[in-house]
Amino acid sequence: MANVTIRNLNKKYDGGFHAVKDVNLEIRDKEFVVLVGPSGCGKTTTLRMVAGLEEITSGEILIGTRVINDLPPMDRDIAMVFQNYALYPHKSVYQNMAFGLQMRKYPKDEIEKRVREAADILGIGPLLERKPRQLSGGQRQRVAVGRAIVRHPQVFLFDEPLSNLDAMLRVQMRVELKRLHERLETTAIYVTHDQVEAMTLGDRVVVMKDGWVQQVGEPLELYGKPANKFVAGFIGSPAMNFVGVAITDLGGVLWADAEGLRLKVPPQMAERVRAHAGKRITLGVRPEALHPATGSDHADYSFDTAVDVVEPLGNEILVNFRAGGAPMVARVDPAVRVKAHQAIRVALDPERVYFFDEKSGAAI
Amino acid sequence: MVGAGSAAGAALPGERVRISRLTRMLESEKLLAAALLAPGVVILVLFIAYPFVMAIWFSLTSIRVGDAGEFVGLANFTKAWSDTIFQVAFKNTVFYTFWATIFKFALGMWLALLLNRHFRFKRLIRASMLLPFIIPTVLSAFAWRWMFDPTFSVMNWLLFHSGVITDRLPFLSDGDWAMWCAVLVNTWRGMPFFAITLLAGLQTISPDLHEAAALDGANAWHRFWHVTWPLLMPVTLVVVVFSVIQTFSDFQLIYVLTGGGPANSTHLIATYAYQIGVASGLLGEGAALSLFMFPVLFAVVWVQLRFMKRMEGH
Ligand SMILES: Nc1ncnc2c1ncn2[C@@H]1O[C@H](COP(=O)(O)OP(=O)(O)O)[C@@H](O)[C@H]1O
Ligand SMILES: [Mg+2]
Repeated sequence: MANVTIRNLNKKYDGGFHAVKDVNLEIRDKEFVVLVGPSGCGKTTTLRMVAGLEEITSGEILIGTRVINDLPPMDRDIAMVFQNYALYPHKSVYQNMAFGLQMRKYPKDEIEKRVREAADILGIGPLLERKPRQLSGGQRQRVAVGRAIVRHPQVFLFDEPLSNLDAMLRVQMRVELKRLHERLETTAIYVTHDQVEAMTLGDRVVVMKDGWVQQVGEPLELYGKPANKFVAGFIGSPAMNFVGVAITDLGGVLWADAEGLRLKVPPQMAERVRAHAGKRITLGVRPEALHPATGSDHADYSFDTAVDVVEPLGNEILVNFRAGGAPMVARVDPAVRVKAHQAIRVALDPERVYFFDEKSGAAI
Repeated sequence: MVGAGSAAGAALPGERVRISRLTRMLESEKLLAAALLAPGVVILVLFIAYPFVMAIWFSLTSIRVGDAGEFVGLANFTKAWSDTIFQVAFKNTVFYTFWATIFKFALGMWLALLLNRHFRFKRLIRASMLLPFIIPTVLSAFAWRWMFDPTFSVMNWLLFHSGVITDRLPFLSDGDWAMWCAVLVNTWRGMPFFAITLLAGLQTISPDLHEAAALDGANAWHRFWHVTWPLLMPVTLVVVVFSVIQTFSDFQLIYVLTGGGPANSTHLIATYAYQIGVASGLLGEGAALSLFMFPVLFAVVWVQLRFMKRMEGH
């Protein structure tokens, strides 16, 4: 059993910088958990505390039922894949992968067996005699993963392992890592700043910002029910559109008003939004919940605007325009014909409108 | 306007030809290499090759101060070979180089590893460590001689008054003691160079590698042996060879500290060659003595080059 429990974890660096704030996390056995957030939000720091490479300022980390705060890295039974791979430059691929087993005094034939096995899984069998600098970026990345998996550790840690690869290779390795995890079933904590990577790999995703955990959830949960404006804007691409609106109560019906824009607050939201009547809040709508209005769209959920820029991507078209004084983008079917500067009527899907508190950003 | 234009036009082609000829010359790799190497070669020839060739010529003659002498073949060398003082000096040089290099390296590595950690006043300590290195050797050797002085020795005084010893120690008045004292002073003086150079080498080793090794289960010793040591090897080789050359041909320190004494027991090849060649004026014999350093140093450099090549190959 290798569930990892993180309780009230804090990290203050020597200079006084508070990098990780009250992180609580329960990672189940065999689970693949991704920490995602903008650069500098404390992902690496959190991971390094789990690895034992960074001192814990306060809080607890447990593997299974054992508190590992004071355990040195070598005794934690954890393997880590570093962002720059950290392969030993003077050792061959074989020696790189074998080193951890040698240090743990495994018999020679067992080492050989495990290294070959891992090399087969990763398709680096023919490279075993090479030195790291004789390998391409993708191959190095595989060796780094290989070095981690030969050990059969309790927990894998990945710190942005794909960020040094080119886009094509990154997509390919992403799939391979997912397959590898299904095969090995080892608990894994994976750090990335790339929300797509997070969504595709994670059984659950932890969104962080400024050292705080913003939300923990399954990928679709984060997408569908973001806890706050930050998560809503971070997950999904292109990002959710936001516009500041004033809520007015007209004879029991709530309206969200912005400059040149009046939308009805959808009935399922009305109850929660009512408390904000007369105040300003933020309305959020995803690009995929916007489309050019047709006759069947209700006037209460439509508005007129002019197309700014059109980005034809092939499988979809991104239509940029302004509404309520804010820039917005709609993701529409490529069959739709729109041109720049053309007047357009846009409708939104009332089922997929979000409201956020203007100050705290919390979802309403 | 047309005239001015054509005049300028007429002037230009010639200009262009001149420029392009120079450019073309510099484009040619061989010529460029020759041009860039020339100053260095001139200096090398003037200040190294010429004296070296002269020394070889001297060593084959019976030249002495005020007497051109004549060609004597290898007589100077055979004489030196059977000279008992030279034999002592040669052994001393090997002894001195061997132990001083070992100590400098071991202590320098230890210091470098310490200084590579984070602690308060790190910069101050790093800077102050260079002191022995920047004080002129002659000056510091004088200071040490004073500290070792039979009557005024601070060390004897300290050891005596703290009750560690009952008899004063013959620091420089006994041959063996004096040799070890010389090793000590050389170590003191040369260690900062080792420490600073090795420290620079240590800082090029990515901390990630140590962290990866720690996660791989390596303890501090294993991390040193499997990560630091092999990655530091190129730097180590360079400093060791550099130090061996300097120590093997050392002169100043012994000259000031013991002058080769007592009773010629601490001579190095360089100090003995100086005594014979300059102090006694037997230039030919002195040159022959000093040339005995050459094959040894040559071998050291050769071994180093071989090593470096092998490491690059892998
Ligand atoms: N050794 C350190 N000393 C002081 N501050 C640090 C140190 N390491 C990281 N930080 C700071 O802590 C914050 C979080 O860093 P990190 O965990 O590396 O972020 P992430 O991996 O999410 O990009 C950053 O603002 C960074 O500047
Ligand atoms: Mg990071």
